Amino acid sequence: MAKSEVKLLGAWPSPFVMRARIALNIKAVEYEFLQETLEPKSQLLLQSNPVYKKIPVLIHADKPICESLVIVQYIDDVWTSGPSILPSDPYDRAIHRFWAAYLDDKFYPTLRSIRAAQGEEARKALLEQLAEGIALLEEAFGKCSQGKAFFGGDGIGFLDIAFGCFLGLLRATEKMGGVKLLDEAKTPGLVKWADRFCADGAVKGVMPETEKLIEFAKVFMAKMRGAPAK
Amino acid sequence: MAEEVLLFGVWGSPFSRRVEMALKLKGVEYKYMEEDITNKSPALLKYNPIHKKIPVLVHNGKPIAESQVILEYIDETWQGYSLLPKDPYQRAVARFWAKFIDDKCLQPVFKACWGEEKDREKAAEEATELLKFLEEELKEKRFFGGESIGMVDIVASIIAFWLGVFEEASGVKLLTTEKFPKLCNWAHEFVSNGVIKENLPPRDKLIAYFRNRFGGANASK
Repeated sequence: MAKSEVKLLGAWPSPFVMRARIALNIKAVEYEFLQETLEPKSQLLLQSNPVYKKIPVLIHADKPICESLVIVQYIDDVWTSGPSILPSDPYDRAIHRFWAAYLDDKFYPTLRSIRAAQGEEARKALLEQLAEGIALLEEAFGKCSQGKAFFGGDGIGFLDIAFGCFLGLLRATEKMGGVKLLDEAKTPGLVKWADRFCADGAVKGVMPETEKLIEFAKVFMAKMRGAPAK
Repeated sequence: MAEEVLLFGVWGSPFSRRVEMALKLKGVEYKYMEEDITNKSPALLKYNPIHKKIPVLVHNGKPIAESQVILEYIDETWQGYSLLPKDPYQRAVARFWAKFIDDKCLQPVFKACWGEEKDREKAAEEATELLKFLEEELKEKRFFGGESIGMVDIVASIIAFWLGVFEEASGVKLLTTEKFPKLCNWAHEFVSNGVIKENLPPRDKLIAYFRNRFGGANASK
């Protein structure tokens, strides 16, 4: 398949874009990565995602697919010769999808809010919420992995991708806040999993360095503070 | 081994009714457990400790929560009627719209009907913009799923039926035939379908419930 057949609109800091890239890497799909500046948004982005105008957008043979988890499932459905991303058993698939929904609906909004939190009290409350979520995910890891390396078993699966994409942000939050979110004592399973995930061939090249993310976060926060009041 | 399918739901909830629609379309026998959300059963808390919400489907003792996760599970577990298309691109399109309805549409629709008076107009504008996307997506199709009802239609039942209930109970009108001819047509086709019709809650009872619960100080003029 020609490389230009598969395009991905994205940006390096985005965990959601990372999900799509990891999935494409797992399937060894050649693709053209189109870096979006987002200010302004490109014509291609506005045309291919008129509903949300957001990245990532996968363009396969000129057909756009939007929403990161929809994209990951699409990649799994299309490139069937590579390793499977979703588990084969319907119940296991449901468990992966349940936790992926939890991550997007509850976990990520909390993580993202910490950046903009006003005051120590608010920050602490959010960090506690996050810690509770991580504790739940540690338990889920035990059940899903069944002693193996990943949520998906021997290889990276859907839930590994859905969660692992936030590791950069988690580490940046730890450094900037002087806190430990993944802790050897409290979440030993996830600590080891995180190392394995980041070292995996499909992930290594697309996981941004923590330092770069911190820089990016600082620039982002400065912009927010400098923004005119509504 | 005898198969056991339990569904924990609430009679007026669009989310548990979705699951019932799917089970009925697939011809799956199940036992329904009505929950009192003001007094949640120990069983519900056991089966959905994370969210403590309905719907929960329990299949041979194993619980699944989150309505769209349940719908996909039902489609993958029981053969026969297909809720999602077979083609990967069409599946992606279906998943996109199902997500769009729940993630984006529900809040503004609800706020337009039941929110604070000062917020309603803006919410109605937002809801209208979002419903336009669905109007466009329908194109010339009978259902979002094509010739037959699929997952997107089932998820959109909240617009086909519950929105009408909200409108009547609150006095707010969002889904007009002038603005949304295709969506109105689709809604009518959908609620007229035999299987769906049997699985909708009683309309008057639902209108009374919403008026009672959310009307109050914001009662319609």
